[in-house]
Amino acid sequence: MLYQAIVFLPLIGALVAGLLSVRQQNLPAEVISVVGVCSSFLLSCYAFYDVALNHNSVTIEVARWIDSADFVANWSFRFDTLTAVMLIVVTSVSSCVHIYSIGYMHHDKARARFMAYLSLFTFAMLMLVTADNLLQLFFGWEGVGVASYLLIGFWYHKPSAHKAAMKAFIVNRVGDFGFALGIFVIFYLFGSIQFDEIFQNASKFADVSIVFLGFELPALEVAAILLFIGAMGKSAQLGLHTWLPDAMEGPTPVSALIHAATMVTAGVFLVCRLSPVIEYAPFALDVITVVGALTAIFAATIGMTQFDIKRVIAYSTCSQLGYMFFAAGVSAYPAAMFHLTTHAFFKALLFLGAGSVIHALSDEQDLRNMGGIWRKIPLTYAFMWIGSLALAGFPFFAGYFSKDMILEAAWASHSFTGQLAFWLGCAAALLTAFYSWRLLIMAFHGKPRCSDEVFVHVHESPPVMILPLIPLALGAIFAGWFGYEIFVGYDMKYFWGDSIFILPEHHAMEEAHHVAEWVKRLPVILAASGVGLAVLAYWIIPSLPGKVVSAFKPIHTLFYNKWFFDEMYDILFVRSSVRLGKFFWINGDKKTIDAFGPDGVSGLVMNGSNRLSKIQSGYVYHYAFAMMIGVVILLSWYFSGFGR
Amino acid sequence: MLSSWPILSIVTFLPLIGVLFILLSGGDKKSAEHNSKMLALWVSSFTFIISLILYFGFDPDFVGYQFEEQLEWIAGSGISYHLGVDGISMPFILLSTFLTPLAILASWRSIKQRVPEFMIAFLVLETMMVGMFASLDMMMFYLFFEGVLIPMFLIVGIWGGPRRVYAAFKFFLYTLAGSVLMLVGIMVMYLQAGTTDIPILAQFNFPPEYQFWLFIGFFASFAVKVPMWPVHTWLPDAHVEAPTAGSMILAGVLLKMGGYGFIRFSLPMFPDASAYFAPFIFALSVIAIIYTSLVALAQTDMKKLIAYSSVAHMGFVTIGIFSLNEQGITGAMFQMISHGLISAALFFCVGIVYDRLHTREIDAYGGVADVMPNYAVFFMIMMLASVGLPGTSGFVGEILVLVGAYKANSIVAFFAATGLVLGATYMLWLYRRVVFGRAEKGDVLRMPLLNNREISILVPLTVLILWFGIYPAPLLDIINPVVSSISETVSNAAMLTANLQ
Repeated sequence: MLYQAIVFLPLIGALVAGLLSVRQQNLPAEVISVVGVCSSFLLSCYAFYDVALNHNSVTIEVARWIDSADFVANWSFRFDTLTAVMLIVVTSVSSCVHIYSIGYMHHDKARARFMAYLSLFTFAMLMLVTADNLLQLFFGWEGVGVASYLLIGFWYHKPSAHKAAMKAFIVNRVGDFGFALGIFVIFYLFGSIQFDEIFQNASKFADVSIVFLGFELPALEVAAILLFIGAMGKSAQLGLHTWLPDAMEGPTPVSALIHAATMVTAGVFLVCRLSPVIEYAPFALDVITVVGALTAIFAATIGMTQFDIKRVIAYSTCSQLGYMFFAAGVSAYPAAMFHLTTHAFFKALLFLGAGSVIHALSDEQDLRNMGGIWRKIPLTYAFMWIGSLALAGFPFFAGYFSKDMILEAAWASHSFTGQLAFWLGCAAALLTAFYSWRLLIMAFHGKPRCSDEVFVHVHESPPVMILPLIPLALGAIFAGWFGYEIFVGYDMKYFWGDSIFILPEHHAMEEAHHVAEWVKRLPVILAASGVGLAVLAYWIIPSLPGKVVSAFKPIHTLFYNKWFFDEMYDILFVRSSVRLGKFFWINGDKKTIDAFGPDGVSGLVMNGSNRLSKIQSGYVYHYAFAMMIGVVILLSWYFSGFGR
Repeated sequence: MLSSWPILSIVTFLPLIGVLFILLSGGDKKSAEHNSKMLALWVSSFTFIISLILYFGFDPDFVGYQFEEQLEWIAGSGISYHLGVDGISMPFILLSTFLTPLAILASWRSIKQRVPEFMIAFLVLETMMVGMFASLDMMMFYLFFEGVLIPMFLIVGIWGGPRRVYAAFKFFLYTLAGSVLMLVGIMVMYLQAGTTDIPILAQFNFPPEYQFWLFIGFFASFAVKVPMWPVHTWLPDAHVEAPTAGSMILAGVLLKMGGYGFIRFSLPMFPDASAYFAPFIFALSVIAIIYTSLVALAQTDMKKLIAYSSVAHMGFVTIGIFSLNEQGITGAMFQMISHGLISAALFFCVGIVYDRLHTREIDAYGGVADVMPNYAVFFMIMMLASVGLPGTSGFVGEILVLVGAYKANSIVAFFAATGLVLGATYMLWLYRRVVFGRAEKGDVLRMPLLNNREISILVPLTVLILWFGIYPAPLLDIINPVVSSISETVSNAAMLTANLQ
């Protein structure tokens, strides 16, 4: 019962808050949704203790869902270490964000609805991480997608907001297209979509081929890559990343919870969850590594040129997710999960901190209109420093342990893709530190660039918005310290148990502890130089950025315009499909099918029947006539048959 | 004993008694209108309650026909009055009896002319629909199958929009072309088997060369009803012109006649031909999904958009049926029931705003969420269900169809699955243009909230859509046993054919 409650309490919170939102009873809605999620967090702590630390993995059947012959998917929960880790991450960040939202959304009349959506999201995310089969996982997967859609479009008056909401849903659907096909391939192979059955039999299919789209291909590679396409959509990896920056149109707590800490990491979770399958798909692993590494560097290049404070952090999220993926790609799943956890804390902290900045500056999001406010909001400033230090990977902050672990594992994998990921990851680490300090300096230091009346109003956030930042800040400082031994230390196999499977010949994780000293030092040195560069360019010589931009105009244009992905997709898919639709409609339906079909025939019939229809022109007549023909034929046949 | 009652006959002909009452009830124009509405609503609701006996008295584990009734019709001819239901037809009967009162309620205020006649047409329509699904004799089936079209034809042609005559005519032309061929098929079957009894015909092994032609004859009729590409163009026109209630039943029940026909006749009676034609049908269905989804994207009329989306969704149904395996057929069955609920609800959602603004142009709306928040919620649920969101009934059908399709042919599954993306695109775009944004246009600002009548139509639909999405077991348990026996027949035949070749 306790474990079911973890998942269902947020749902109850969401339903009650949703009902209360009808009459805009905001306070009770806030209280109930916060209580629901916080109790879920407390129970998750127990679950973590019992499942992850005491190794009491359980599977709980709840109800039947879909079954048709051998295709069976039930509602059931799987609590193992991987789930327990995600439970802590999801419910803790969600609790903080729920509380923070009370303050942040204070001026919004529809905040009961907002709380309902947040709780609904939490429920869907919990369904996702506790799923015991692929279809239930897909339920959570689409559920978080809808919650994200609703929350991005929460301010539905803003055209940019509902445009972004729709874009997020549809780009995710492209990923889900792959995910769904992956499920079909898995079912086709294993005759089951239950995790236990898939994992037990995965090794048997290592050398099996299937015919997919007319090509004979290794079965598990196909399945793994299709499922990874789903992960790419949800986790905004290169190619399917375009929705994430636009998703920043949603209220900032949403960005913190969904588009930084939890939902976007679902793809990483999926890859780790399916490690027993993916381990037998070496090509898929390479693909994951390369996509992750490219995303890490690609998003960082954009992040350093953007001026919207939330978009900078959004691209940073995209980039950090790339790290997690290439960690998984070199079979360092524990490192990926470790970074997922630490990242959840410091990125949620950064976003909520940015939310406080935006709140303080009367909804200003452009870094060019900020500056000079650090004395006025010292607490927020401090939190942003902690978040940035953790993100950049400075020693003993959370990101230091997890990011270095990933880079070391990539180096230690001794594969070409691993090396590529290592170097791209190092370059991204430099850029990460650069854009983090660029953000800090532009937002807080220098001369105030906002208007005077805005500046006068700059104020520290109320306690309800500051308090939730404290646990997140503690997480950003200490999560790496505490988590290191448990997640990726020498006893990690004991901790993860059966929930993560790594082939014995994939030993990036073990060897990561024994890499050369310079490999361990390099990321920190790069991060420090990144900070140095930012300080140089934005503090000491403020004219430098302009000069650099004009010196490298084409490159800057490319980065600043996000490599023109949106424009490309717009031409390739958006406009062309509408145009194609119009073409089919006018030329297919109207000018071909109708012209030769009913309209053509009716023209003929009209001509002929004009002479006959002097008496009647009602269409019932035509109908009756047809019936008559039928009856006549039937009767004549009947009589002839009778005489047989 | 309840089981000795002729429940099926009662459910079938009860609405006709309502018709009789409406004819008998006189009075001045106003009271006649009111009486006819009340009578129609009460009779159809009562019919629904009676039809629930079919659900609760149904033994899902028994493969075969239940609640059977058989009377001699034409002595010695092999043609009889034969009714009965199995797991295929029973859900459709419930769908029909469930949707009819809702549709009558939906036309409460929007039908202003010839109200008693409209109610009569609706009740006759109900009898025809139920009778068609309950028939176990080819002749009866044919009569009801064609009979359904008469009231629907009148509903579109008399109570429809400005271009109702063109629409009704088109509707008629298409269906006529199909029906004649089916009638010829029925005659050929009778010549072969000496009976029109469906259970007997289902066991009768027609020689493959007969199957080939019979299949084509039936296909012509069913394909129009589904409708399959390229014989779908009557549907958007019929929907646009039909009154809201007509659209609800047209999309909710009438489109399922084709799919029902394929499962009831084509698969068990012509298994070899079904296997033979499956690739052809896959091709048409895949085109339907992609083509009509793109066309839906280009629409500026709300009803047309949803009509085209229906064609795409029915493409999933035909793919599922002709994947010839259990998941595919079950999925197709489920998708039909689910689409019956969702599309009826969507057309009603369009009707709600049409009643207020008297236009279906998408551009005339925008910001409806501001003035009608409760409508926005219901429309959102329906929109997501149509997109096939897990947790709604739309998902269960779609995923089972795709699983079945993948088993049959991975390429088909691949292209059909693009419908997941395209379907989301046109529905979300529709929703965005109608509901989101700021209400600025004067007409939109004056739109009143949903009233209790409208809510009482939407709530039952919402409940069922979510229920079947979260706990579809009650429906799947009814469908599964029959489907497995059908798929066994077909796959044996398909295997045999493959071996012979």
